[in-house]
Amino acid sequence: MDFPEALSCPVPILSHDTVQLAHGAGGKLSNEMIDKIFLPRFLNSTLEKMEDQAVLDNPGGRIAFSTDTFVVDPIFFPGGDIGDLAINGTVNDIAMSGAVPRYLSVGFILEEGLPFETLHRIVLSMEKAAKLAGIQIVTGDTKVVNRGSCDKLFINTSGFGFVPDDVHISASTLEVGDKILLSGTLADHGMAVMTTREGLSFQSTVESDTAALNHLVQDMLNVSSDIHAMRDPTRGGLATSLNEFATSSEVGIQLYGNNIPVKENVRGACEILGIDPLYVANEGKLIAVVPAGVADDMLKAMQNNEHGKAATIIGEVTDKHPGIVAMQTGLGANRIVDMPVGEQLPRIC
Amino acid sequence: MKYLDEFRDPIVAKKILDEIHAVTTQPWVIMEICGGQTHSIIRNGIDQVLPKEIELVHGPGCPVCVTPLEIIDRAIAIAARPDVIFTSFGDMLRVPGSHKDLFMVRSEGGDIRTVFSPLESLKIARDNPEKEVVFFAVGFETTAPGNAMAVAQAVKEGLTNFSELVSHVLVPPAMEALLSSPLNRVQGYLAAGHVCTVMGWDEYDPIAQKYAVPIVITGFEPMDVLDGILHTVKQLEAGTHIVENRYARIVEQGGNQAAQRLIKDVFEITNRKWRGIGEIPVSGLKIREKYAAYDAELKFSVGDIHAEEPEACISGVILQGLKKPHDCPAFGKECTPQNPLGATMVSSEGACAAYYKYQRILSE
Repeated sequence: MDFPEALSCPVPILSHDTVQLAHGAGGKLSNEMIDKIFLPRFLNSTLEKMEDQAVLDNPGGRIAFSTDTFVVDPIFFPGGDIGDLAINGTVNDIAMSGAVPRYLSVGFILEEGLPFETLHRIVLSMEKAAKLAGIQIVTGDTKVVNRGSCDKLFINTSGFGFVPDDVHISASTLEVGDKILLSGTLADHGMAVMTTREGLSFQSTVESDTAALNHLVQDMLNVSSDIHAMRDPTRGGLATSLNEFATSSEVGIQLYGNNIPVKENVRGACEILGIDPLYVANEGKLIAVVPAGVADDMLKAMQNNEHGKAATIIGEVTDKHPGIVAMQTGLGANRIVDMPVGEQLPRIC
Repeated sequence: MKYLDEFRDPIVAKKILDEIHAVTTQPWVIMEICGGQTHSIIRNGIDQVLPKEIELVHGPGCPVCVTPLEIIDRAIAIAARPDVIFTSFGDMLRVPGSHKDLFMVRSEGGDIRTVFSPLESLKIARDNPEKEVVFFAVGFETTAPGNAMAVAQAVKEGLTNFSELVSHVLVPPAMEALLSSPLNRVQGYLAAGHVCTVMGWDEYDPIAQKYAVPIVITGFEPMDVLDGILHTVKQLEAGTHIVENRYARIVEQGGNQAAQRLIKDVFEITNRKWRGIGEIPVSGLKIREKYAAYDAELKFSVGDIHAEEPEACISGVILQGLKKPHDCPAFGKECTPQNPLGATMVSSEGACAAYYKYQRILSE
């Protein structure tokens, strides 16, 4: 795998090559790790003060606050790694409220013996992701656990941003006649991780779509603040998010199956493994439910953003079959798109 | 870029569908054998767009669904042993045994791993010489060659810590058992393309002749299924009953000879229980005596574990095509994919799960 950033930014020289329990004990080794690995990459005027907490200005109004923990295996996969995933994941959760994400905390749980080279690569990737999203890491924590007590490293990120006064986005405010917009292809992240984990290779590599969507959201809000619902369909995929909308708002959702984009290699990987792309995780896509009157303009704005080039209108809200998501098939029949039960299992044949 | 429900050629699909409507003059009952075909039919809504005279009944061709309860219990007993790494295709893990499923065994500390091929299990056996590695060898003729290959390879390498828990079933004896039942309603079969890829179709000629049923070999894409239905209806309307190969891009009359030799070397034909149906004579495969050291049932002495199926579940009647899933009083109530009473609700290929997932709207 290519990591040009890592080449241009050599691993800092520390007294150890790998993480020791003592690096989490709060003494000299802890300070060395913070000073050499974390601070140079995440530095800003708040973090620099090295207080036990970040003290931040409050511009007033509503705050969107979110937390997520990242335990992905493998930690490096085509298109990304656990580091940029941890930044983008929480940025996106905040952004789905229409808020502008501002501040993040980062908590690391490191397994004893983790090479600093690995940690450094991940921290570089987090730095880059935070810059792209325009968010500051203002406080953090590191713990080291015995070998075997965690798998290489786990990352928690929490963060918040400020919601504009005229924006009110919620899963429970869908209205009959609304259009459903999807920002791009389905199932890229989940299949990238799964094919890497299973050692399956295809003619073209399946790459994760991990990306921060806050700028895309702002482009959409510039068209209209009247977005009824918005989610980034991560675990459980598109089907889960739409079922949550249908249940919360007590409306039906009708999808057009021949309008939902899937990359050819992703569709192939799904077919081989017997997995439905509708239920697979995405990390750089959003669905938005908007009034029909603004749908076309909103779609154009999405298509003009680098993370929404393949955006399409994939369905609409209906008063038929409340609480149920249905999809029109290529034959013109209609079928239910249900909530998944637990993890998706590859089929035998 | 592709789309989720994009058809290779929607115009051809429409043409086949129109032709089915044109040739159908009276009611016909057609069974698709394979769970993969059931999945494709329900997912694409093929049954919704056919002429109302054509009734599709869903056959017993889901290996997960027909694996008997007691085999699941035996798998659970083996998987719970601390000296064992138990390996299986993914969708077997959620099939309920008498008291628990393999997922629960895993949460209790059992080392249970999902694999995509028995050859992966062999690798695990090589990498873990201090452990016993067991592969759960289920399926029809389609998965049999790979599972036979794993045993043959283990023999060749002298790997003594690998074995298979075998519950293989064969399609033609089940087709015959259904046709010879006094309650049989099936008038034509869509045969499972992938099974025929391995076995060819010589076995089907005597069945088509003896029971006067057309048998059309087809695949799993919606177009394949539609095409298979068209040719079955044409035969039914014309009163013919021959074996027709509509999956010629993959299936040859003699099948895959090398695969058949491998199956024959490692396995022998045996009577097998089918979940929901009961024992069908000469309908399964077991490991030959000369490879007994690779038979997990013998290795771990679990052959005396027996189990009775719960009364409430009518999966047997559904697997025989006598009832539809929503005819069951427990369907969608006591029995859901979260809490399945029987195996047809577990696998995504199972008729009950497919109905639950895609078609509750129609039955409500």
